Amino acid sequence: MESPKPPKKKLDLNRREMPKQSPEVRRHNFDEVALGYSAETAIEEAVRCLQCPSANCVKSCPVEIDIPAFLEFVAQGNFTDGIRVLKETNCLPAVCGRVCPQEEQCEGSCSLVKKGGQIAIGRLERFLADWEAGQPEMKLPQVLAPTGRSVAIVGGGPAGLTVAGDLIKLGHRVTIFEALHKMGGVLVYGIPEFRLPKAIVKREVDYLVRLGVEIVTDYVVGKTRTVDSLLEEYDAVFVGSGAGLPWFMEIPGENLNGVYSANEYLTRMNLMAGFLFPRYTTPIKNHRRVAVLGGGNVAMDCARTALRLGAETRIIYRRSRTELPARLEEVENAEEEGVIFEFLTLPVRYLGDENGWVTAIECIKMRLGEPDASGRRKPIPIENSETLYPVDAVVCAIGNSPNPLIASTTPGLEVGKKGNIVVDESTGKTSKPRVWAGGDVATGAATVILAMGAGRKAARSIHEYLCSL
Amino acid sequence: MFRVIESRMIVPNIHLLAFEAPAVARQIQPGQFIIVRPHEDGERIPLSVADWDAGQGTVTVCLLNVGKTTGEIAALEEGSRIPTLVGPLGNATEIGEHGSVLCIGGCYGIGSLFPIARALKRKGNRVVVLLEARSSYLFYWEKRYAEVADKVLYITRDGTRGWKGHAGRLPEILQSLAEPVHRIIINGCTFLLKRGSEASLPFGIPTTVSLNPIMIDGTGMCGVCRVTVGSATRFACVHGPDFDGHQVNWQELLQRRKAYMNEEVVPLRTSRCEDHLMKK
Repeated sequence: MESPKPPKKKLDLNRREMPKQSPEVRRHNFDEVALGYSAETAIEEAVRCLQCPSANCVKSCPVEIDIPAFLEFVAQGNFTDGIRVLKETNCLPAVCGRVCPQEEQCEGSCSLVKKGGQIAIGRLERFLADWEAGQPEMKLPQVLAPTGRSVAIVGGGPAGLTVAGDLIKLGHRVTIFEALHKMGGVLVYGIPEFRLPKAIVKREVDYLVRLGVEIVTDYVVGKTRTVDSLLEEYDAVFVGSGAGLPWFMEIPGENLNGVYSANEYLTRMNLMAGFLFPRYTTPIKNHRRVAVLGGGNVAMDCARTALRLGAETRIIYRRSRTELPARLEEVENAEEEGVIFEFLTLPVRYLGDENGWVTAIECIKMRLGEPDASGRRKPIPIENSETLYPVDAVVCAIGNSPNPLIASTTPGLEVGKKGNIVVDESTGKTSKPRVWAGGDVATGAATVILAMGAGRKAARSIHEYLCSL
Repeated sequence: MFRVIESRMIVPNIHLLAFEAPAVARQIQPGQFIIVRPHEDGERIPLSVADWDAGQGTVTVCLLNVGKTTGEIAALEEGSRIPTLVGPLGNATEIGEHGSVLCIGGCYGIGSLFPIARALKRKGNRVVVLLEARSSYLFYWEKRYAEVADKVLYITRDGTRGWKGHAGRLPEILQSLAEPVHRIIINGCTFLLKRGSEASLPFGIPTTVSLNPIMIDGTGMCGVCRVTVGSATRFACVHGPDFDGHQVNWQELLQRRKAYMNEEVVPLRTSRCEDHLMKK
């Protein structure tokens, strides 16, 4: 007798939309753009998951979240277990659900992606994290008995927070040293409020504190105290100090007033709340015409910030729309809000007035040639194509190098050509005994989730080391 | 939080504040600075350090009350606490065996120059100090200088003490010294740094200036403090604050320092009367 087959699930390719503030409204405020799923929509979306055995989504997640398991719980309406599964491997779900490039990772490898119906994993992750935040009591995971071993973490950004979250649960004593006055690294100084509300970062940090992580802000390791000195007190040190050294175009006029690095512009706005000047006392100018140089997520963040302050805002990018390194979602958001894109355009110099303020940016037009080392088509200048854009501010969002502060004050730490701390990729071990590193300081500027993935690997290796003592 | 141990106006508009900051006090060297944020909604500003006591765990600054944030810091009361005091930042001033060193200080720089002069003396240098002010009543720490310097000279704009004029008279002062000067170190406002450097150039005396551009993080992350030195762009927070005064692009520095002149003063003019109604 044939065993009865389970009824075949009807294929549902209708990826549920997440409501957003309309462009006309949101371009005048700093509130979060995306509004999140309702419980009903979340369940509808999670039910669509085929629970396929290949589970490619897990393989392409840098922190290896058991995605089918948490989706199954959401489908059942069991959010408590859903968030528990998420938090087993990801201590920052509310952050990742918002800023991970899911289209390149979990969602990009979903079995339904070819049919255009990939599960909205990121939105569901975000839903669960936000659902939990709305509960009267947050469940804390079990923390193992104290091991008596200790770890110092340099930098309170995504990499450091991940290492802290993993190691505290294993019973180790964990202290995070943060140079700025707020925890979160790029999550607080870089990513704007409308994409990642700061209250969410605070919530995630508070969670770590409740688990027992000790936090020291306003403490610059390398200056206030060296890594070697930390090694006298702690069994291990993890360096996650980020890519805090901004690149400039290195073209004439770059030191005119009104020319900012993306780091400066975003720090003034986000960390220092410059958009609330003079209530918050860090000033930001009321610029009318802003040009943002670069095509990555940071460029989109800068442009959308400038736009919200009422400026006519252009993104100037030397390649075409296809090559933009920013997430498509962010590009579309920027376009909807009214950011003007000048593609195939390369700045060559800034012009200024007699008081040293920038007044215009001169650019040349480009065309695309053969693919270069990055696989993208190389932009080639077109002769006599000079164009002048009048501006009163320019934000340079063309990238960052690792901040050299730790490397330059830590003897025995091998540093690569680009100023990155050299690590073993699978463990995060550096050339210096008892010192691990990960995130942007090792890779150069990358994404939040890659930093977290590196943190995860390093935490595993640090744990092994601490257990061997 | 960092406790205010001492807070007083030492001469008109120049305030001395001492903070409890043991980690910073243990590490700091002459010529380094700290970044202070006086309250949770406040701005981060760099302040040169004028003295410290590693044993007591305290750090002392002298500052000129010129705008919103310096005003807030000047108004801090003893026993109150501030949320941010981070440091020591920047590189220490080179305390070499130079021979004879002329240390020039003005304004808040009279404070920050002091530990440099003291360290130079301990290193065995001959230390001549020139202090500049608008008028004699604006000098402070004369006794402290008398203890570490071989000679202390004064110059005032109104001629009420010492030479009359400003650092532009440096050539005459150098001639009157009738002794070789192997290095000049200047701390103070940008005009003093500029005038002093320009005046020492013809003499070919290496001149170190402590620059004071606008900063935010102080760790090289934001780049707002960039200055042109020779043909290179440098970040004053991590490459400085000391630079060769003969190589600095002064016009650019002066313009960049003025970027937020208006905003520094705007908050002083807004009464914020509505806050009384809004606050619970």
